[in-house]
Amino acid sequence: MTAPPAAFWASAAFWGLAAVAVACGVAVFVVDSMARATFALLASLIAVGLSLLLIDLEYLGLVVILMMIMEMLVMAVFMIMYMMNPAGLMPMKMVHNNRGAALIAGTVFVLLASGVFLVPWPERTGTTPADPAHALGLSIMGPKMLVMMIVGVAILATMVSTTVLATDRGRRRGKGP
Amino acid sequence: MGEATPLWAPIALLGALCALGLAAAVLDAVLSGLPTASHPGDAVESPLRSGPLSAAGDPFREAARLLVQQRRRTSLADTLLVRVGVCGLLVVAVLAGVVLPLGDRPVADLAAGVVWFNAMEVGAWGALWLTGWGANSVYPLVGGYRFLAQGMAYELPHMFALITAALGAGSLRVGDVVAAQRGLWFAVWMPVAFAVYLVSALAMAFWGPMRGPVGPDIAGGVRAELSGPDRLLFQAGRHLLLAVVAAAAVPLFLGGGAGPLLPPWLWTSLKTAAVLALLVWSGRGLPTVRMDRFMWLSWLVLIPAALAQLLVVAVVVG
Repeated sequence: MTAPPAAFWASAAFWGLAAVAVACGVAVFVVDSMARATFALLASLIAVGLSLLLIDLEYLGLVVILMMIMEMLVMAVFMIMYMMNPAGLMPMKMVHNNRGAALIAGTVFVLLASGVFLVPWPERTGTTPADPAHALGLSIMGPKMLVMMIVGVAILATMVSTTVLATDRGRRRGKGP
Repeated sequence: MGEATPLWAPIALLGALCALGLAAAVLDAVLSGLPTASHPGDAVESPLRSGPLSAAGDPFREAARLLVQQRRRTSLADTLLVRVGVCGLLVVAVLAGVVLPLGDRPVADLAAGVVWFNAMEVGAWGALWLTGWGANSVYPLVGGYRFLAQGMAYELPHMFALITAALGAGSLRVGDVVAAQRGLWFAVWMPVAFAVYLVSALAMAFWGPMRGPVGPDIAGGVRAELSGPDRLLFQAGRHLLLAVVAAAAVPLFLGGGAGPLLPPWLWTSLKTAAVLALLVWSGRGLPTVRMDRFMWLSWLVLIPAALAQLLVVAVVVG
């Protein structure tokens, strides 16, 4: 008996991660606490990030995981803050307006799923580049790299200046830290 | 990827991290027996002890006590989330270590190793908040939010310091960052990034002046309700996290295993021990920084300083 080829393990990992992503996504709407819902969503997104590693997009996959952990935690703060019952541990429901939600969700799913079958998928030409993340970045942002870089700096400058404006130094106002 | 990782590499990593974490606990206990500027009365507080040397056994006594201690439970606790948080802290600390080379090469030689390290560190945010939230008790909750509220103030300078080292090497692979320091250590020609790394690493490991989330002013914060094996695991995770952020400073800024006479693994260990000792000392030698002051420091001093250093490195390298 010979060992299964690498392609077998890759597709097994893909389907495993896909199952985890969907199951955790379902869990978001089943659990009865905002903290559990947040971390179920995080687990789902981490599975998505890990599946990017399967197509050699190591940098992209790890950045997705890094950003999603931070985003979900910041989200946890706001979601719990804005909940009608801030205790959060008390039973809560993630679903409201069940019939309307089912209708909208079903329609969106059908639209997206039909896209999978209707889009003419391109045939692969050439081979995997040495650095797929670099190649992907160039093909997405290549001609607009200057704009992207300026936007990046502008976002950071906005963040810093917002914090400067928001920092209230309390009783030591205006006297340094 | 090169040749396959030998089987002993993960075991060596685990052993090294555990030894470092234990050393940190022992050093911390010894320091707690000495009077310091911020805690002048500490040495008098424990009359049972004869001196700093007997304090060195405290971590072992405490571990044995916690192992047999019965769990204390809180009403309506979310046990699942607490378990995930407590175990998660330990897991992310070990996982962060897999990209750090102990000798010549790490357990997992990832092309984006620096990003992996940072992603695992950020996992500690989740672990800490889950532990604080799940207990359904006010002080752990306050501790968890203390950490999360500062998350960006901790992470952004940290990320810029890591990126500076990666930019200096032109690669996100930890091995390449080490190789780029053959001539001159990054700590020497990018000292601001190194200093920012040390401060933010302390913050990420909620140690020293940034011990707020587990501070004594909120009865131990996140760990207030943890008892028995849970508390032991949490403490182990906390010490391992400190050990791993200290260990990362070596390949990123201190030339990795480079050094005369001794083999690389010994140099790595010696440098790591020195950084770790500095970080542990800061826990006893410096007072806790108030949250709003750190916010000010981070956004108005650390981030601009890190960005300026990034610019200098970009100009020199480019």
